[in-house]
Amino acid sequence: MIITKQKDINDILKSIKEGPVFIIGCSECATLCHTGGEEEVLSIKEFLKNKNINTTGWVILEPACNLLNDKRLLKKHNQEIQKAKKILVLACGNGIQTVSEIIKDIEIVPGTDTLFLGEIKHLNDFEKRCIMCGECIQDLFGSICPISRCPKSMLNGPCGGSINGKCEVNENIDCVWDIIYKYLKEKGQLYKLKEIKSPKNWSKSTEMRRVI
Amino acid sequence: MNFRSNLERVLSEKKFAVTAEIGPPKGADSNKIRHKAEILRGCADAYNITDNQTAVVRLSSMGGSFILLNLNLEPIMQMTCRDRNRIALQSDVLGAASVGVRNILFITGDHQSFGNHPDARGVFDLDSIQLIQIVKNMRDHGIFQSGDKILSGNPEIFIGAASNPFAEPYELRVDRLEKKIEAGADFIQTQSVFNLDRFNVWMDEVRSRNLDKKIHILAGITPLKSLKMTERMKFHVPGVDIPDRIYERMKNAVDPKHEGYNLALELINDIKKIKGVHGLHITALFWEDIIPHLVRESGLL
Repeated sequence: MIITKQKDINDILKSIKEGPVFIIGCSECATLCHTGGEEEVLSIKEFLKNKNINTTGWVILEPACNLLNDKRLLKKHNQEIQKAKKILVLACGNGIQTVSEIIKDIEIVPGTDTLFLGEIKHLNDFEKRCIMCGECIQDLFGSICPISRCPKSMLNGPCGGSINGKCEVNENIDCVWDIIYKYLKEKGQLYKLKEIKSPKNWSKSTEMRRVI
Repeated sequence: MNFRSNLERVLSEKKFAVTAEIGPPKGADSNKIRHKAEILRGCADAYNITDNQTAVVRLSSMGGSFILLNLNLEPIMQMTCRDRNRIALQSDVLGAASVGVRNILFITGDHQSFGNHPDARGVFDLDSIQLIQIVKNMRDHGIFQSGDKILSGNPEIFIGAASNPFAEPYELRVDRLEKKIEAGADFIQTQSVFNLDRFNVWMDEVRSRNLDKKIHILAGITPLKSLKMTERMKFHVPGVDIPDRIYERMKNAVDPKHEGYNLALELINDIKKIKGVHGLHITALFWEDIIPHLVRESGLL
């Protein structure tokens, strides 16, 4: 899932400056992250009201990254949108851009920061799992990805800084190389780490801009 | 035999080698390096010039290495994978080789979050093992990472790497050394040794796999200058293992500076006796002027 974090409410307020506002949420990732579902949209609407900023209307797109579907859903709210001076979008970086392809004449304000592709561990506890590098090589590491989960993206890890199984960069995060090591040891497959892994082919992710 | 560098000659002739570290300044004043270099002249066979260590911006290791070459001292230029992609790294290896740098030590590098520009984007296009293999192929086979041919002059580099016997998981530490040897490393410098027991366990495994015959091993030595430094290294520097026994000695010492010096002397004398260790790498952080005393008193000179 695309993990997002809501921006500081006062920063959102600063970006909006003056209303009225039309608010857009997303039914998928942002809803699950509790950053852009109905609950959050209504809560921001209430907050803005208390700051004397009116909301002309709101909609939850299903999901925001679907261009044709967005066009259909936003059409129904056209009058409310036209009355607004700002469009506040509570969706991922993709959703914000899909909306901006449709609504071109009103300023769009992002209300979330998009962090990573990750797992929902517990309610409101998310962890990075993938950076969409274009060529999955997890089979080399027991289906555990060091490219997204090691801060140095090492393919021939671990580095020399892990302490008690924690990452040297953040002691609240497990060292992914420690996880890989323990998993492969249990499977009797530590030999997999002895082979030198070649440099990653980054052209797989940076050159492929479109899949048709 | 033709040796690429003085360090390679010393190690190949089975003499006990000494290398010492020179940290470049936070500024363009070359006198800072000259001053440290003159203090250390004659104390070591080659001198490491660090590459923005702990991710703090300093005069570049390439610039620092040129300064040493001009002083007729031999640099070991350090290169990390943090700040450059494979294009820049290979280019800098060629550039360094072209002006006479003959030893380069390749490391993945400290993460940018530890330094003075934590907002920077880390590159990490390669890791140290991949970079070592690339430079070995440039040197011995005249090809770049892409497979493209080098057209005019392979970089004649004596390839260095780092090794940390004290990091977890212990079981992988010698495997990683073996990978670095397979990738093409000619010599390694270890993380500073304080925990002699752990170092001995690591060396036992190294010898049992005959790896000490395949690579030159220089053990790291860092004299502790103060209790504050000891505590910082013990509790805050990742990968450093200072046993409680040493911490207690520094804590109870009337003169911690003197105690730190004595500890370093003891460690040097113990490490010299370990079979398979071919030299020492001395890092005296902001205490370079202690190195001449240390090498003289321990009989390394």
